[in-house]
Amino acid sequence: MPLLQVKDLHIELQTQRGPAEAVRGIDFTLERGETLGIVGESGCGKSITVMSLMGLLPSTAKVTGSIRFDDTELVGRDEKSMCQIRGNRIGMIFQEPMTALNPVHTIARQVGEPLRLHRGLSGAEARKEVLALLDRVGIPDAASRLDAYPHQFSGGQRQRIGIAMALACGPDLLIADEPTTALDVTIQKQILELIQGLVAERGMALILISHDLGVIAQTVSKMLVMYGGSVVESGPTEAVFARRAHPYTQGLFAARPALGAPRGVRLATIRGSVPELVDLPKGCPFAGRCSYTIDACHTTRPPPTMLPQDHAVRCIRLDDIAAKVAVAS
Amino acid sequence: MSGPAIAPPLLQVTDLVRHYDLPREKLFGPPPTVKALNGVSFTVEAGRSLGIVGESGSGKSTIARLVMALDTPTAGSVQLLGRDLHTLPRAALRTARRDFQMVFQDPYGSLDPRQTVARIVAEPLEALAEASRKEQRERAAESLAAVGLRTTDMDKYPHEFSGGQRQRIAIARALITRPRLIVADEPVSALDVSVQAQVLNLMQDLQQQFGISYLLISHDLAVVNHLCDDVCVVWKGLIVEQGPPGDLFRNARHPYTRTLLDAVPRTPTGGTLLAA
Repeated sequence: MPLLQVKDLHIELQTQRGPAEAVRGIDFTLERGETLGIVGESGCGKSITVMSLMGLLPSTAKVTGSIRFDDTELVGRDEKSMCQIRGNRIGMIFQEPMTALNPVHTIARQVGEPLRLHRGLSGAEARKEVLALLDRVGIPDAASRLDAYPHQFSGGQRQRIGIAMALACGPDLLIADEPTTALDVTIQKQILELIQGLVAERGMALILISHDLGVIAQTVSKMLVMYGGSVVESGPTEAVFARRAHPYTQGLFAARPALGAPRGVRLATIRGSVPELVDLPKGCPFAGRCSYTIDACHTTRPPPTMLPQDHAVRCIRLDDIAAKVAVAS
Repeated sequence: MSGPAIAPPLLQVTDLVRHYDLPREKLFGPPPTVKALNGVSFTVEAGRSLGIVGESGSGKSTIARLVMALDTPTAGSVQLLGRDLHTLPRAALRTARRDFQMVFQDPYGSLDPRQTVARIVAEPLEALAEASRKEQRERAAESLAAVGLRTTDMDKYPHEFSGGQRQRIAIARALITRPRLIVADEPVSALDVSVQAQVLNLMQDLQQQFGISYLLISHDLAVVNHLCDDVCVVWKGLIVEQGPPGDLFRNARHPYTRTLLDAVPRTPTGGTLLAA
């Protein structure tokens, strides 16, 4: 019985230009203690997907399909019962450590809030627990900083505080939405190592969202590549990185400038830009931007093709692409 | 006044210092200061590009502001083609600005939402007051064509464009005065990977076509490696290491450069799988 099982999840958002399908039928499972990465560019649906797990979608959003979390169905739950899961069984770390904390409350109060709310701890008990948490996430001299306000901490420290808050109730699932995008590379490294250490130590499952393939490669054991509200490729991180079967995955890899590459080399680009959700094509979401597009790509959504090692790819032209790569190399 | 024997370099920055005063904490005694730059010197020769890397708070954006003469240094000088930008009279500085333009980080904040693309792109010419409306429009069209946008886009407003297209508009605006130097402060960090590649390729093409030099400020070592002939690593307001990117990244001497390099997350296979 997996910890989390998402089946045929569809999310429709109301936009100024009418209803748009932001998530178009995605499936994945996550066992206890497993780590999953979601990569994709802005507008691919990765944040909306995890917001639906947290029950934080706008009230006009329509969700269909199933999200089973530890034998409870999350789709269609009311706000009151979601409150018992959110921050308690599922913790979340946000992208902006500057805005995720409330500037007018002390750190002790904010980190202790889920403890008082979900576990009914008294003020003094919560304070003790907060101290242990802040020590664990590496806030130096935590005891003297319990009554400090967020603005008295640096960006990296604020993200550590955010992590302490997400961990407070010992969640079964930790969701981190671009947790290091706003941080410098050296701080990013420390924060990722902290998250990895905590996940291993507490046996939590992790969903990490990132646009950075390097971050995904170093942190998670399996991954989803999302584009246009669909999962175009999924599987164990090593298999996806080694094979890069979907043309979009290939494009993402080739578009990154590599450290140490000779100068004057042009980057391979993906032509065009990410379409708006309302304008997404009916068939394969990548049709039109993909150099392998044929007529059939526009009409039907490609079914998943299974490759070895539980590696799935949604592309109908895999054989032709493989043939072309073989000729080129 | 005797002219220099050899042509001056495009940009020469000498012992640049910038300290910012903070609000006074005590009634008596000097206010505390932030030492953003503590004596930075470098030269950019015409047609070559220099990258400045460092983390937030290292002083790299202060360098960009001082080179653009948007801020006054505490000490030191910035010379562009032999003229000291910080001693030029206002009017002369205004005309001198044709030679150096800037591209900002945020393509959403740097374009006026109420103006058409044609007006945004032609604004530097308007400031120089040398071209008629008709000429301005023609030059704007030329400039937009150079960055791969269509003439039909001229009468649209910024909100009608995606992030990557907006950054192209910002680059078109910088190009319109036919500058020798473009100062770009994190030009691609707000863009998605696939769009980032398009903008980097464009910047590379413009370098080759028009011989433009970039002073590229970035936290991303790979981006600097892609566009620049030389790199300066800035740490606590000082240049700690300098050299061609290949050498620097292969044999980093300064511990800070090594820390920066080690922190970059890598993909297991690196490079590209498919032969382009």
